[in-house]
Amino acid sequence: MEWQLNTNAPIYSQLIYNLKLAIVAGQYSPGDRMPSVRDMAMEAGVNPNTMQRALQELERDGLVFSQRTSGRFVTEEKSMIEDAKRSLAEEQIRSFLGSMSRLGYGKKEIIALLESGTEEAMTTNANI
Amino acid sequence: MPIFECRNLTKSYGSAPALSNVNLAVESGRIVGLLGPNGSGKTTMIKLANGLLTPTAGEVLIDGMAPGIETKKIVSYLPERTYIPLWMNAEQLMDFFGDFYADFRRERAEEMIAHLGIDPKQRVKEMSKGTREKVQLILVMSRAAKLYMLDEPIGGVDPATRDYIISTIIGNYDQQASVIISTHLIADVESVLDDVIFINRGEIILQSTVDEVREKNGKSVDALFREVFKC
Repeated sequence: MEWQLNTNAPIYSQLIYNLKLAIVAGQYSPGDRMPSVRDMAMEAGVNPNTMQRALQELERDGLVFSQRTSGRFVTEEKSMIEDAKRSLAEEQIRSFLGSMSRLGYGKKEIIALLESGTEEAMTTNANI
Repeated sequence: MPIFECRNLTKSYGSAPALSNVNLAVESGRIVGLLGPNGSGKTTMIKLANGLLTPTAGEVLIDGMAPGIETKKIVSYLPERTYIPLWMNAEQLMDFFGDFYADFRRERAEEMIAHLGIDPKQRVKEMSKGTREKVQLILVMSRAAKLYMLDEPIGGVDPATRDYIISTIIGNYDQQASVIISTHLIADVESVLDDVIFINRGEIILQSTVDEVREKNGKSVDALFREVFKC
């Protein structure tokens, strides 16, 4: 998978974000076996201990589960994945609203802008 | 028990102190960056740990032992300068390491040499600088050691080779072992480190995890280093 890591934020939280994104986007499907910690650490160019901690956090969240002998798997409960998707979307919205309010927009203006801008934005996105 | 420990460690060359009263402990299973500008004491500390220098005061302990035959069995050391005989080829070097170290895993070394397309019959003398550094690192990382001490492992090589060296380090150390990497090329290594130690003029000025540094300062270890050591 593609790992997008910046150099200023903690690596651990960025790994969690990247992994959640990969699961939500279906790069790893429900029930898929995840690669080993070492392989993923090498691919991302990060410390294996940090990768291990990030995966343990996803395990606590229920997005992945371990089977003692055969490795780590993506959850088969689709609702868990939907929840994760929803919370990632909420994060995006929070950060978007934050930026917009710094620009001086109120809620109604933002909605109006969104409605007029959505069509164009959607077409641009579809072309990518 | 820490795998590597310095207790009130001091080393002076003549009257100039290279390390002054250093206290430090590194636990097992960590990849640690020993970071400092030129002349800050990094190499001195690593040489003390390998018994190549003796402390002026204090002590250095490897797995609880003073450096000696027993510690050399568990420490795999990559010195700053080439020490391998230039007339040997990779195959002879593997024989050499196999004779010296009981924990040398030859298959591992052979596999990496082949993967990099290095001719096992080519003499070190005829290799490029980058290839020499790769061969030395392969030899050192092919030991099943408890502690790897790598003194400037990425100093003289191009960025692609750096990436290979770094992934070799991640790929080969077992998670019970520790790796101490001295370097001033922080940006290249910081994402593979658990902990960083900043050393300046022979004193430890910071010991922290990489993520703690980023969380507290909102910047990379590299950026913090540039700030702390601004000339």
